Amino acid sequence: MNYLKKNINRGWELLRTISGDDAYERYLEHWHTYHAKNGDKPLDCKTFFQMEQDRKWNGIKRCC
Amino acid sequence: MKSLKIIAWVLVTFLGVGAIGAIALHRGETINSVWFIVAAVCVYAIGYRFYSAFIATKVLLLDPTRATPSERLNNNRDFVSTNKWVLFGHHFAAIAGPGPLIGPTLAVQFGYLPGTLWILVGAVLGGCVQDFVILFFSTRRNGRSLGQMAYDELGIIGGSAALVGVMVIMIILIAVLGLVVVNAMKYSPWATSTVAATIPIAILIGLYMRNIRPGRVMEGTLIGVILLLLAVVGGGWIDQQPNLRHWFNYDGPTLALLIIAYGFSAAAAPVWLLLAPRDYLSTIMKIGTMLMLAVAVIVLRPEIKMPALTQFIDGTGPIFGGGLFPFVFITIACGAISGFHSLISSGTTPKLLSNEMDARLIGYGAMVVESFVAIMAIIAATIMDPGVYFAINSPVGIVGKEAVDAIAVINSWGFPINIAQMHQLAADMGEASLFARTGGAPSFAVGMASIFANTFGTNMTAIWYHFAIMFEALFILTTLDAGTRVGRFMLQDLLGNLYKPMGRTSWYPSVFFTSALVVSAWGYFLYIGTLDPLGGINSLWPLFGIANQMLAAIALCVATIILIKSDKLRYVWITAAPLTWLVIVTSVAAWEKLFNPELRIGFLSHAQDLTTRLAGGVLPSDITVIEAQQLIFNDYLAAALTTFFLITTWILVLETLRISYRIITGKSHLALSEAPYQLSQKITTKSRLIIKN
Repeated sequence: MNYLKKNINRGWELLRTISGDDAYERYLEHWHTYHAKNGDKPLDCKTFFQMEQDRKWNGIKRCC
Repeated sequence: MKSLKIIAWVLVTFLGVGAIGAIALHRGETINSVWFIVAAVCVYAIGYRFYSAFIATKVLLLDPTRATPSERLNNNRDFVSTNKWVLFGHHFAAIAGPGPLIGPTLAVQFGYLPGTLWILVGAVLGGCVQDFVILFFSTRRNGRSLGQMAYDELGIIGGSAALVGVMVIMIILIAVLGLVVVNAMKYSPWATSTVAATIPIAILIGLYMRNIRPGRVMEGTLIGVILLLLAVVGGGWIDQQPNLRHWFNYDGPTLALLIIAYGFSAAAAPVWLLLAPRDYLSTIMKIGTMLMLAVAVIVLRPEIKMPALTQFIDGTGPIFGGGLFPFVFITIACGAISGFHSLISSGTTPKLLSNEMDARLIGYGAMVVESFVAIMAIIAATIMDPGVYFAINSPVGIVGKEAVDAIAVINSWGFPINIAQMHQLAADMGEASLFARTGGAPSFAVGMASIFANTFGTNMTAIWYHFAIMFEALFILTTLDAGTRVGRFMLQDLLGNLYKPMGRTSWYPSVFFTSALVVSAWGYFLYIGTLDPLGGINSLWPLFGIANQMLAAIALCVATIILIKSDKLRYVWITAAPLTWLVIVTSVAAWEKLFNPELRIGFLSHAQDLTTRLAGGVLPSDITVIEAQQLIFNDYLAAALTTFFLITTWILVLETLRISYRIITGKSHLALSEAPYQLSQKITTKSRLIIKN
């Protein structure tokens, strides 16, 4: 039962990563590890998401 | 353990050879599609396990201790290490578009065999190798794009050829994809209203993910998918309403103008509003539907009714003119080898790669999956009666406008079909008529709908058909939006050199001007395509195929030069062999498209024929004088483009040969542009020891 629960959880996490659903959480984690010392604030979710989208669609991203 | 593995691989080999033998030598009425799946899986497994391993360990020397751009240049913006399976998904979603569904469907006019063999061999020895080596070389060069690599390794000539090539191929690609959507929506209120509904749905999801629940991608996508499914059902309802359906009932040229207007607004609009949310929806639909189709084919194991070879290998085929050689290799680009992939494999994916070793799975592996999608398209096109396949895919210019005439012509080819059968099929699919629905999308949708209907219940056939049309239109429109934007950016970049403000991507006059320029370029080909009695696909698809193969040739030239510079001359054939094949194929195809006296093959002979007819006042009944003049101009334009492709390819090949000669003879040449080695910090001392031993 526990094993099943663990695997469902893992699948769910993978799904969130693939879809980009947890991108902001991963950004926060990264920010706290590397950039928190400088005293700035991390981007809020909305701004982060907007920047990500603009970056993602800059250049050739879809093929035939 | 080791001997067990050897036995297993020997079995896979025998199974694969057996399945290919069965497909190739079978001469009965029908053959089961299971053979295709088995042959494909075995070929891919052997190709991946042995050939890609050989390339990885002997030729490219993938190095797990070497830091990738995502580690060396990690700024958490462009360069983010990504789990290899996640990246595999992203890379696959980026490379796989409508191409592997359309090309194979069209190529089935030669029978099931040529397309199938080319997809398998072309992918394993060509397309997968191209994607893999370009991904790897770009990773070793800080994720530089194909154009930049061509510039670095081949010099200014190679660099410019790549840049112009990308621009032109984009224009042709968008035009031909637009034509495919137009043909799927022509006189079909159900299809048109469903496809139209995808626009407000995408906008709604865009607003949801930006303002209501920022970043909640999964929620937004789920809501979008539900709305899309409702739109498919709703389209059927609209089709039944006499006072509503005429709002969505258009002929080809009108739909072309609507698509052009749409393309302009989509390219000028911000990405979050339409493009990004539509992409989430199209990606999930694409992966979901393909998985469902694979499961359905395996469960149903339908019989293939198309013969192995048809008489049309002589070049008289109705769907596109031209013989088996070289046109099967031009028609099927995506699914076998697609030059466009090299633009994704360089630039985008390398910046996310977390370890060099992942390049094999992502570069070679993702293309294997795309190739499998192409095999499924072959299956979907060949399980219907050949007569039905030709009735749907043959343009009116070949079989005539009236159903009776079309049936008579198709019967005369030896493919039995009657009017009642076509009426019944159209009724089942919820369409007024399925005659002359060229472009491959309706034909694929019919195949897919019948597979799904037979697996999941026949009472929903019409819904499955329009689901398939919606699903194809969804990612065709994504490619159209994304392609137009890329064209716009490239143009702005170029014009920015002449007048600074033009280069600013947020300056509205520049945005509108460049968007309009790009849209009118592909819009022109699209609109003319809808006027062409031969269906437009006949001239545009080969042009696209030639352009795509030319891009692959550019990518392989770059890879070949890098291999020679890296002292890998004795392994140079892994890219030089597919390169040679592509150069032969594109050159012969381009030559035939230019100078073949057959009207449906040679652009110039077609133009001359129309000119003579125009002068003599004996035009075919279905074209006006103005249309004839447009078609003549279009023929010359297509001929000019073909000449351009031919010349560019050869300039590049000769340049590659010249540089190779200089390298081999020790004369001066541009140095290898590889970024210097840097030890990956992710590698622990322990694993370093393991790797060393």
